[in-house]
Amino acid sequence: MTEPILEATDLVKTYTMEDVEVRALRGVSLAVRPGEFVSIMGTSGSGKSTMMNILGCLDRPTSGSYKLAGKEVSKLGRGDLATVRNKVLGFVFQSFNLLARTSAQENVELPMVYAGVPAGERHERAIASLEKVGLGKRLDHTPAQLSGGQQQRVAIARAIVNRPKVILADEPTGNLDSRTSIEIMALFQELGRSGITIVLVTHEPDIAEFTSRVVMMRDGKVLSDVTQNPTDARAALANYKEGDA
Amino acid sequence: MNLFSTFRVAILALLLNKMRSFLTVLGIIIGVGSVIAMVAIGEGAKAEVQRAFDKMGTNLLVIRSGSAQTSGVRGGAGSQPTLLWTDVDAIRKETLYVTKVSPSLRQNVQILGEGKNWTTSAEGTTPEYFEIRNWTFQYGGPFNEQDVTTKAKVAVLGGTVVDNLFGNAADAVGSTVRLNNVPFEVIGVLSRKGQAATGQDADDVVMVPAGTFAAKVQGGLRQYLGGSIYVGAATPEDTRKAQAEITTLLRARHKLRDDEPDDFTVSSLAEAASARQEGTETMTRLLAGIALVSLLVGGIGIMNIMLVSVTERTREIGLRMAIGARPGDILIQFVIEAVVLASVGGLLGVGLGFGVATYLSSEFGWATKIDPQIVALALGSSALVGVGFGLYPAHKASRLDPIQALRYE
Ligand SMILES: Nc1ncnc2c1ncn2[C@@H]1O[C@H](COP(=O)(O)OP(=O)(O)O)[C@@H](O)[C@H]1O
Ligand SMILES: [Mg+2]
Repeated sequence: MTEPILEATDLVKTYTMEDVEVRALRGVSLAVRPGEFVSIMGTSGSGKSTMMNILGCLDRPTSGSYKLAGKEVSKLGRGDLATVRNKVLGFVFQSFNLLARTSAQENVELPMVYAGVPAGERHERAIASLEKVGLGKRLDHTPAQLSGGQQQRVAIARAIVNRPKVILADEPTGNLDSRTSIEIMALFQELGRSGITIVLVTHEPDIAEFTSRVVMMRDGKVLSDVTQNPTDARAALANYKEGDA
Repeated sequence: MNLFSTFRVAILALLLNKMRSFLTVLGIIIGVGSVIAMVAIGEGAKAEVQRAFDKMGTNLLVIRSGSAQTSGVRGGAGSQPTLLWTDVDAIRKETLYVTKVSPSLRQNVQILGEGKNWTTSAEGTTPEYFEIRNWTFQYGGPFNEQDVTTKAKVAVLGGTVVDNLFGNAADAVGSTVRLNNVPFEVIGVLSRKGQAATGQDADDVVMVPAGTFAAKVQGGLRQYLGGSIYVGAATPEDTRKAQAEITTLLRARHKLRDDEPDDFTVSSLAEAASARQEGTETMTRLLAGIALVSLLVGGIGIMNIMLVSVTERTREIGLRMAIGARPGDILIQFVIEAVVLASVGGLLGVGLGFGVATYLSSEFGWATKIDPQIVALALGSSALVGVGFGLYPAHKASRLDPIQALRYE
């Protein structure tokens, strides 16, 4: 068995708000091996986003350990966490989070700017990345000139441009219609086949079907953790009829 | 993140809000602009004063009767003659650094010529005086040593006197004028100097040989010299040395004891000039104060708009952090944005100052002079204001929590 790329052990996260303690995570353990495509499900408030923030090195657990690519990161400072996010991780958000009035290409170049990639190489890699998500002809378009699905593709191109080991996506299809959602899942499956590990949060069972493993959370704990045979998103698209979902 | 990309991002961010950026830096534009313009005028005035003193002769000393200390009691230096005619010769012969000496006796007179009448200042002097005071001639020439000893009734007229007596300046030479009813032959007309550094009209003068003046205009003072002695030296350095020499010499000649004060004053025009320059120095310092205040106000404006900008772009900051911007990267980004903003303001201000100065000098004929050092200083301090007042908003941005920032609506 290969070493896990993500290994969280006994994660506890407690928010303190005006004397009230909110225990968002109460001892979560999760190990993900390279190339896995994991979905995290659960009702609202079950702790999915909190979990993703810790896995994404945006937040630190109150206690517990988190190893990313074999390295303990739960105690790193802000600057080092930023470097880890830049080099090892890629993010996809529900609301896309593209820079307004900025071209698709420049949006995709942004992570490389912070990685110190020289301009020439930045342009080449951004274009290649946009071609990979099927937007090779939309390089100069700003977010306002793109549909929701296209914007999310730009965001995915941005997430993969620094060749990360893991992509983290919190409700990436939350703002998209069902057909576009399946298209995005097809893109994720394609990236998964090329070896990238993907963890996404969703509350839609239809979306979780396209992943190879479903982790169910409730009240800050893992309720179930099931490995499954994923539905092929490309095949689903071929069979897709309007009004089906 | 390299500096070039950071500058590019900063400029693009400012261009997205052109009007707001412009209004933000308006304070700096006006502050820097008015300082550049006013310094240009101040420097121009300074140069003008310097030119005026140069025309009067800079390496110049004036010796007057009466002590400086007691002048208040005595009613002003020169009110009671203590200088002797023989002092003039002594100064010429017994000093090292004095190159020229000349007496100057002054008195207001009525002058009559071609039937017209004018009140002017008559000056009795010697030929060297024209050299000491940098006088040149438009027509004719000066009187000579012989005219002084023979008390010749010849006169040299200043431009203003000529204007008031003759229709045509060229007609003046060779004609006869009457000073206090004594006829004098006009032998020269002086080139104009315009307004003297003291504010008087330097051309409102008639000059006659010193001997003639003592005999025909002033009279009754015998061995005493009823006026001042002008002394010329070669360099400013020599002028200072000559001042000391003359003081020692005259104290000895006037037989003053060690505890007695000087009964004469030796003042230099350079001193008067530097006193005038000090006035402009004070003005320059005042301007620097105004500049400081306007930059401060401009800086506060920049800080305000940067705080607004940080709040507006909270999500952008969150995103940048999520994809790998370190707190330092965010800090530098916003500091540079503030610096670019302030520097652009400074640059526009310099342009405005240039424009105003050029306009004033062409429209009103004011002398203006733009000092590159002031321009550099204005631009430098604008940039510094950007750093100073951008630091706090930038620090605030860099301390944002990426999760909170990404969730910000
Ligand atoms: N920053 C925070 N401060 C206080 N409580 C929080 C914060 N973030 C999340 N929580 C609380 O933690 C619990 C889990 O939240 P979250 O991880 O966002 O759940 P999910 O994403 O599954 O809806 C909720 O009760 C939520 O109110
Ligand atoms: Mg959530």
